[in-house]
Amino acid sequence: MTQSNEGPSFLEGVGITEATGGVTTLTRKDFTSDQEVRWCPGCGDYAILAAVQSLMPDLGIPREKIVFVSGIGCAARFPYYLDTYGVHGIHGRAPAIATGIATARPDLHVWVVMGDGDALSIGGNHLIHALRRNVNLKLLMFNNQIYGLTKGQYSPTSEKGKITKSTPFGSLETPFNPISVALGAEATFVARTMDVERKHLPKVLRRAVAHRGSAFVEIYQNCNIFNDGAFMALSSKEGATGNRIYLEHGKPIRFGPDGARGVVMHPDGQLEIVDVASVGEDKILLHDEYRDNPSLAFALSRLADGPTQPTPMGVFRDVDRPVYGDAMEHQLHAAAERQGPGEIERLLHGSDTWTVD
Amino acid sequence: MTQAPTKQGERRRQELDRVVIRFAGDSGDGMQLTGERFTSATAFFGNDLATLPDFPAEIRAPAGTIPGVSAFQIHFADYDILTPGDQPSVLVAMNPAALKANLEDLQHGGLLIVNSDAFEKRNLEKAGYEANPLDDGSLSVFQIVQIPMTKLTVEAVKGTGLSKKEAQRSKNMLALGVISWMYGRPLDPTIEWLEKKFAKKPGIAQANVLALRAGHAFGETAELTAYEVKPAVLAPGTYRRVNGNQAVAYGLIAASVQAKLPLFLGSYPITPASDILHELSRHKNFGVRTVQAEDEIAAIGMAIGASFAGHIGITTTSGPGLDLKSESLGLAVALELPLILVDIQRGGPSTGLPTKTEQSDLLHAMYGRHGESPVPIVAAYSASSCFWAAVEAVRLSITYMTPVILLTDGYLATGAEPWRLPTMDKLPQIPVRFATQPNVGDQFWPYLRDDVTLARPWAIPGTPGLEHRIGGLEKADGTGNISYDPENHQLMTEMRAAKVKAIEEDIEPLEWRGDEDARVLVLGWGSTYGSIGAACRRLRARDIKIAQAHLKHLNPFPKNTGQVLRRFDKVIIPEMNTGQLAKLIRAEFLIDAKSITKVKGLPFRAGELEEKIVELAS
Ligand code: SF4
Repeated sequence: MTQSNEGPSFLEGVGITEATGGVTTLTRKDFTSDQEVRWCPGCGDYAILAAVQSLMPDLGIPREKIVFVSGIGCAARFPYYLDTYGVHGIHGRAPAIATGIATARPDLHVWVVMGDGDALSIGGNHLIHALRRNVNLKLLMFNNQIYGLTKGQYSPTSEKGKITKSTPFGSLETPFNPISVALGAEATFVARTMDVERKHLPKVLRRAVAHRGSAFVEIYQNCNIFNDGAFMALSSKEGATGNRIYLEHGKPIRFGPDGARGVVMHPDGQLEIVDVASVGEDKILLHDEYRDNPSLAFALSRLADGPTQPTPMGVFRDVDRPVYGDAMEHQLHAAAERQGPGEIERLLHGSDTWTVD
Repeated sequence: MTQAPTKQGERRRQELDRVVIRFAGDSGDGMQLTGERFTSATAFFGNDLATLPDFPAEIRAPAGTIPGVSAFQIHFADYDILTPGDQPSVLVAMNPAALKANLEDLQHGGLLIVNSDAFEKRNLEKAGYEANPLDDGSLSVFQIVQIPMTKLTVEAVKGTGLSKKEAQRSKNMLALGVISWMYGRPLDPTIEWLEKKFAKKPGIAQANVLALRAGHAFGETAELTAYEVKPAVLAPGTYRRVNGNQAVAYGLIAASVQAKLPLFLGSYPITPASDILHELSRHKNFGVRTVQAEDEIAAIGMAIGASFAGHIGITTTSGPGLDLKSESLGLAVALELPLILVDIQRGGPSTGLPTKTEQSDLLHAMYGRHGESPVPIVAAYSASSCFWAAVEAVRLSITYMTPVILLTDGYLATGAEPWRLPTMDKLPQIPVRFATQPNVGDQFWPYLRDDVTLARPWAIPGTPGLEHRIGGLEKADGTGNISYDPENHQLMTEMRAAKVKAIEEDIEPLEWRGDEDARVLVLGWGSTYGSIGAACRRLRARDIKIAQAHLKHLNPFPKNTGQVLRRFDKVIIPEMNTGQLAKLIRAEFLIDAKSITKVKGLPFRAGELEEKIVELAS
């Protein structure tokens, strides 16, 4: 008895679509489930959901090929609102569940939606290992720097000294810098955007989709109930021009009114924000997403201590590395070629058998 | 034991019907390998056999000390045997510590073969001997054979150019050569194996072969007593040697072939379950995907993801790994997806006894999750039955859309026995019906159940029109939408329980064997099968009436379980825990079952069970 190893051939005859790039045009409505959305009014999650629902039809991926996976938290409700396949898993474990899906079925487009507590506290281990393996996942981390669903405790991205219900005298802990964590975990695609970024958010997501492998996107998200205004320095009108540093590949890293400010690199590798006029335009650092060495991307991630200062937004890094599920598929094919397709009788008989008549 | 002289070559061999040999040495002495090779030759020769490896948890405890002793016991016979033997009749001790740690078990009058070279001052001190036991007469009840194994080995491998230290490492092969000569085992399979194993290090291969041959020659020239254990009369067929971990791996692959679905294993290395990960990783040509996950939790999470995507999700673990997987197992219960969790039970609590066997996870498997979270449990009872148990676990998991726990234990996992290979027509069909169509008008309801099995439909990503979301929050009956409705939660809780209970209609009834008029039933589960069987044989030989039954399904129990138990005046349950099955039987059937329990990290001995059963039966 043999089993064919030609990819997921077991799917034959179950009505599974093989082609990507659907023939029929879908609309945002096709991606909206019939479930009532239950976030607090004014929550940043609404804008992200709207952006994702609008983006989906443009990608040309059939709905049935898309899976949204989440853990626990406010953000984790996301899959229920999209009319695709979805798993609402358990706290922190979404990257692990998604790794199983994407590795079993490289033909699927798997998205992971996490909060900051979900991704970096209880699920920190799964996140870094998914990134390290370069599993084909789009990992969105909604960072609101607080625990929302459990009603307002500090999170691993809350600033030091934060007063919350569980830290009435101020948090003693140094927060994670999620972009630095992702880069340290060997992520091949790392980007940041924000809930209020109507154009930038879909643009970054589109880039993430175009990247085959793990794509980590930090999305600053306002929790207007427990941490309102955490990103005010970036979301306010002045902040939008004064503090958002948009990264663009091959372009000098400039921001502020008329691009008056820019980033330079000192000979010791340290980055600094300067007035462009004082150093000259040619001294301004050029952004390079495709650099294999992540050091410069890391330095950029350290430019701001938190979203209260000029903060880089956009794609920090986008490099190619073999994708986990593809590489595994390759091993399966190679093994079938080398050993021949699996035959259970041959397997059991192995080498050391004897016969009793 | 019969003693009919037979002719073999020029010499007479003394005939025995069975022998129990224990090889014991330092954990660096290669005793497991020695035992394995002897087992292989014995299987090849045609005896029935059972083995019991017993090694320390540390990879290398301090050399020469008692905690560092590693042992391997093999029982072989000219008839069908059930256990690795109570007491060895032959002990091979490679150093004083090995002697000290194992001597107590050796039968009076048994054969004691020692490496006399190792009995020098330092080793004796390390083992806590004040005087050399080889000289002080303390071993006089045994037949001692002293062999200067280290010297003989160094002498034998002289020509290979290996250093003295390297040369000494082949002394286990010298010991194997001696024993092989004494029991008439063929050398060729071992030589072949050595040459293959050390193909890249011909010097080492040569040294091992030379030592093996030297040991064999020593046996002959020193005129050691030669024995013969005739091949057992076994049912006709093709046989191989298999241990429980291999059999689990093969069973999972066979089930995947039957179901025509690929296997996906998420696993984190843990003793003694890792060998299943190793074995499955070798068979990628069957489309088996294996991931060594970052932790136990990720391992089961990945398996759940793979099942959602239409593969057979498997996770394997032991001891503390089972605790770590509990939360995710609860998710699988809620998602109602196929998933097989293989738990190789070992001594606990906590890290406990990683390399020692126990049956103490039964209640965890039953109840070790928060909330009402029923999971079917299948248990293997012998090394080769692990194959069938794995197939059964997959069959139930897919048919009923439920996670299933497969319990084996450290003894089954590492112990080997001859296995008559099944033909494929003996395997059950495992039909898989993925949902392809909406099931309520033009809608798809992921929790609309099958009338008979109560299983929900399995609709896998890639199927157009069946997009749906499932999760750990309570779901509305039918639609699967989030529901906090009290009536619905009651209903769904009952449904999940009823679904597991319904399996009783689909599994073998509990069979009992023994004297028609027996008043006492010995009920077992898992790896105690062999010991209970051997104990019952002994009881019958004493004209004591006894019956025996063994559970292969622990949740649900076979439908006729109560009926069988009530047939007897007394039910005795031997378990390697403190009475977990007894607790379940009492709770479920209101039967005053009596326990025989043991948690020493080793299987029951037939003799010890025999005595305890007699005590309880009267
Ligand atoms: S608690 Fe905060 S994050 Fe959660 S839904 Fe409300 S506003 Fe959004």
